This record gives sequence, C-alpha cells and structure tokens, in this order.
Amino acid sequence: MKYEIDEFGYYGEFGGAYIPELLYNNLYQLKAAYKEIITDEPFIGMLNELLNDYVGRPSPLYHAKRLSEYYRTNIYLKREDLNHTGAHKINNTIGQILLAQRMQKTRIIAETGAGQHGVATATVCALMGLECIVYMGAKDIERQHPNVERMQLLGARVVAVHSGSQTLKDATNEAIRDWISHPDDTHYIIGSVVGPDPYPEMVAHFQSIIGKEIAEQLKEKTGNEKPTAIIACVGGGSNAIGAFHHFLPYEEVALYGVEGGGDGIYSGRTAATLVQGKPGIIHGSKTYLMQDADGQIEEPYSISAGLDYPGIGPLHAHLFKENRVQYMHATDTEALRAAYQLMKLEGIIPALESAHAFAALEKIKFTLTDKVVVNLSGRGDKDLTTYINHKQQ
Amino acid sequence: MNRIKGLFRNKQTDILTIYFTAGYPAVDSTRHIIQELDKAGVDIIEIGMPFSDPMADGVTIQESNQTALQNGISIARLFEQLKDIRDVTDKPLVLMGYFNPVFQYGVKEFCSKARECGIDGVIIPDLPMREYKTIYQPFFEANDLGICFLITPETTEKRVREIDEINTGFIYLVTSPGVTGRQVQFKNNQVEALTRIEHLHLKNPVLAGFGISNNESYKTVCKYVNGGIIGSSFINALNNNTQNISDNIHQFVQSMIL
Repeated sequence: MKYEIDEFGYYGEFGGAYIPELLYNNLYQLKAAYKEIITDEPFIGMLNELLNDYVGRPSPLYHAKRLSEYYRTNIYLKREDLNHTGAHKINNTIGQILLAQRMQKTRIIAETGAGQHGVATATVCALMGLECIVYMGAKDIERQHPNVERMQLLGARVVAVHSGSQTLKDATNEAIRDWISHPDDTHYIIGSVVGPDPYPEMVAHFQSIIGKEIAEQLKEKTGNEKPTAIIACVGGGSNAIGAFHHFLPYEEVALYGVEGGGDGIYSGRTAATLVQGKPGIIHGSKTYLMQDADGQIEEPYSISAGLDYPGIGPLHAHLFKENRVQYMHATDTEALRAAYQLMKLEGIIPALESAHAFAALEKIKFTLTDKVVVNLSGRGDKDLTTYINHKQQ
Repeated sequence: MNRIKGLFRNKQTDILTIYFTAGYPAVDSTRHIIQELDKAGVDIIEIGMPFSDPMADGVTIQESNQTALQNGISIARLFEQLKDIRDVTDKPLVLMGYFNPVFQYGVKEFCSKARECGIDGVIIPDLPMREYKTIYQPFFEANDLGICFLITPETTEKRVREIDEINTGFIYLVTSPGVTGRQVQFKNNQVEALTRIEHLHLKNPVLAGFGISNNESYKTVCKYVNGGIIGSSFINALNNNTQNISDNIHQFVQSMIL
C-alpha cells in the first residue's frame, strides 16, 4: 500500500530508526510488543473500555451551523477538545501505558513542549500507579506554568531541561538520554508521530480512532462516510494523522494539514517545516526539519507551543512528497482571528494549535454542498492568557 | 595502508584513543590539539564533529559541542583545518559525529573530502547498519575509510557477528547503559560484559568507551579488549588550566598511560 509503513520502518523514503546502538534492543522489543497488541483481543478490549469510560469517547462530531453559514458550506467539528485532559493527546498515552504495563515497565518518561502531552502522560501514570518523569525545556516551564503544576498535582516529576535551546527538541533529547541510561525498566511515551520506528506508526495507530469515528458519525448524519475535506493542524502531526489515516486510501477526500506560520513563512520566525525545512535526521527519524546549511537543527517559532517542533512526522513528509495531503500554513494573526471567530459564532474556545486549522477555512474555496470536517484537537483553557492579551491589543 | 589497520598490526593492547570536540575551546584549536595529542603519545585521535542535538552525549560533550558551534565550526571549516594535518601527525585520525550534518554535507562528498585530509576512520553513532549497507558503504570503501560501529553489552551475539562482518575500522564497545561522561565503576556485571566480548574473538579490534574517565577504568578495560576511548574527562582536563592547553594535554595523557 502506498501510504503504509514498510518492514524497515519507512514511509517511502522517510522514517527509519537512526538511533545509537544503545537503543536498539528497546526499539526492537517495543516493535515486537506493539505488533502483538494490534490484534490481541484482550488488549483491544481494555483499550476500548478506557477510551469509552475514562477518556469519554467517542468524541462528538458537531455540525457547526453558524460557522457553516458564514463560510457558505457544511462544517463539522470533531470534538477532541472534549476528551479527558482536553485534547487528543490522551488517545495515544492510554494506548502506550497499556503497552508499557504489558511489557512490565515500571518507570515512564515523556517529553513535553506546551505541557499537553506531559499532562496526558501524568494522567495515565496516575491511573496505572506508575512512576512518571516528564522532561520539559526550562523556557517552556516558565511559559506554561499551569500545566507544570497540573503534572505535579497528578504525581509526575517535571525535570527542567537546560541544554540547547531549552525547549521541546531539547526535552526530547533529554528523554532519549534518560532512556539510554535506563533501558530495562523504562518506557518512553513519545507524544507525536515522530521519533524512530515504531513510534510514528504506533502513535498513528492509537490516534487513528479519530478518523474511524468521523467516518461512522458522518455516515449516521449524512448517509455517506466520506467528507469532501478534512482540515487539521500539524506540529509533529499526531492529531492530523489521526483524522486523516482512515481516509488516506480514498483519494476523493481532500486532506489539508496546517502548519504554524508564526510571523510569516519568510520572516525567519516560523514553524512551517515543510516550507522552510529540508530532509534530514531528527530524533531518530528521516523527515523534513528546520536546519541551517550545516545540518544544525534550528529552533522554530509559532505562537502555539504545540506547533513549534523543528521536525514533522515522517508519514507527513511522505504524504507531502506524494501530494496526498495539501500542506498550508496560518500565521499567528490568522490563527488568533480564527479563534475569536469560533468563540463568537459557536461558543467554543479552541486551543491555539487547533485555531490554525480553522484559519484555513478562509483560504480554501468550498461549495454549499461540500462537507468539511475540522479536527478541533484541543480546548483553549491553557491559552486564555494569550487570548486575553491579544484581544486587548 | 589505512593507519588504523597499520596500528593494530603492530600493537594490539593498551590502545589509547582520545576524543576531542573540533572547534573547542577555540574555533582553531583543532590542529594544535592533534599535534599535542600526537606528541603526548596517544594511539588514535578521535575528532568530534559538533552537532546541535547530540543525543547519546552527557553534559560535558553537549556543552563543548554548543561552544564549538557558537565559535563557528562546521564540517566544511573542519576540513579546511585538516587540509595539511598530515604534515604534523601520522597517527590514525577518526571523525566522530551524528548523521544529520554529514547527510547535509553529502555522504559521498564527505567521504572523499575526509580521504583528501588523510582521515582513516568514521564513527556515526546514529547511522543504522542497514542504511550503511544498502546506501553508503561504497563511498566509505572507495575512500578507504574504516567504519566503526557501536555495540553494547546487551547486543546479541548474532548482531555483534553481523556488525563484525561489515565493520572495517575498530568496534566501539559501549561499556554500560548511559550517555557519555559518567563515572563508571567497573563492577562485576561490566566486567562480565567485557569478558563476553573478549571471548567472541572478533575479527575487528575492540575499543571500549563511555564512562572511561581515569587511569583505573582505562586499565581495567585494557585487560579485556584492545584499548579504551576517553572523551568527556579529556574535555574537562582541557579546561584545567586554560593558560596552557599543551600542559593540560600532556598531563592528562601521562596520567592515563602511567
């Protein structure tokens, strides 16, 4: 299949496992365990029970009438913002914590940028009674203090990372170093469809429930499971892969991924990896990344802390190369405008990340009969300060 | 002949390999450090190519990488510095660095440039064996560069044998789980691992690294494998007395050879 991973962990030319030998056994064992659980009935049963009763799935598919009227089309919102902990991130952490338990790991580590994945990891560790250590850049700890406190309340130890640029990429490096140092008892829960094989595929698998539900719910509402288009924001790209995955073989469904444009893609302050990046290796995966001419990784910028990752999942790189997904970008200003519009028309405060997906509605022409699904990947509670400050300006 | 092969033909024990970061402490320290390491009597000199995100390295090498990059080092500039390096040393020279900067430079171009400078071996810890075999091997072979893969005490015998088959420089044995720059106490389980590797009787010479920080740990690994690789504690020693780097280098190497 054109968009599926091959036996070596590649999507086309992207992916693989570019890791020091010290992690070889860990990834080998993880891949074996992951392959087992995909078809293991008891595991699937446990996972579904937690997704329903603990996370609150299925998340609703909501026909946003006033927004539809404004854009003169039919817009449906996939309400991942209504999940426990407020974003899609928990779909993945629930799956990985069950896998970690099955592998008899007793210590869980994670990286986090804005803190959403950290909170989702701390939550499932509390649920299972497992030790949890979250690496977070020192700069992000300052910027996202409420989430630091949430993680601590849930029993996690948050470790400040002072190396490099002190943000998400450095937190990821530090988590990798921790895993290298504790290969036996520790499982590393990566938060997006990034990292070495099997992570991109595994995280995509756990997130693909989003697209499956969209198909079922749309069929129920309209009689046809296929929308005209799906729009999702892309940092590492897990919510987008989750929403797209089921529909990849159906070329008639248009897919749009929206990157963080920051101050504009040519401003030097952007997170639009597919525009400004080049193929290379980051965190064990061959993909597009923001880097200088010498191959040193550069720090991206976006108003949204969840989109400013210098890489992008290898499947996205492949879908970009194959032209299956159309990638675009929204600037900080466009995302803010879209967020305020959603608040006013639908009474929903989206996460800043998700606001980028809504900003794409201005940029794409839809007809009165089209059905457009926007993946509302998270809620905006964590972004209130930003929204309030910019409203005043 | 490749100088790594030449070295091991004449000497199989107590091979002292020192790692330093190119461009550190100053951007043009490279040539001077190589010269002094040569004079001080080390066997192999490992030149680190700095990277913004060195994921297997501890704080010391992370910081030396960052400083070196701020100083303006790059692979292109390093090759400039190494242009006439064979005028001052005949020791085997090995380049060590993460894959992305090499990939951006162009692997083919990198290999031919390395040969022009008289480089003998390359260590790229995050270049997988399979990608090396299926894509890059011809470039290394065409330029007589010894590729040096890592193994750990946990690497299965089957995989060690596979690596031994394809490896052409020395095998880099990581002594115990963890990043570079830790102080490893060579207790029973580390010694067990060293013994296990010793008993495999590999075709390639084996040098142990990660956590070799002083004379005691260096001499311990030398009992089981062909020698040891020292990085972080050498970087720290460079700073002992910044007024005179040469003295620091000689004192450090002496303390190991003792």
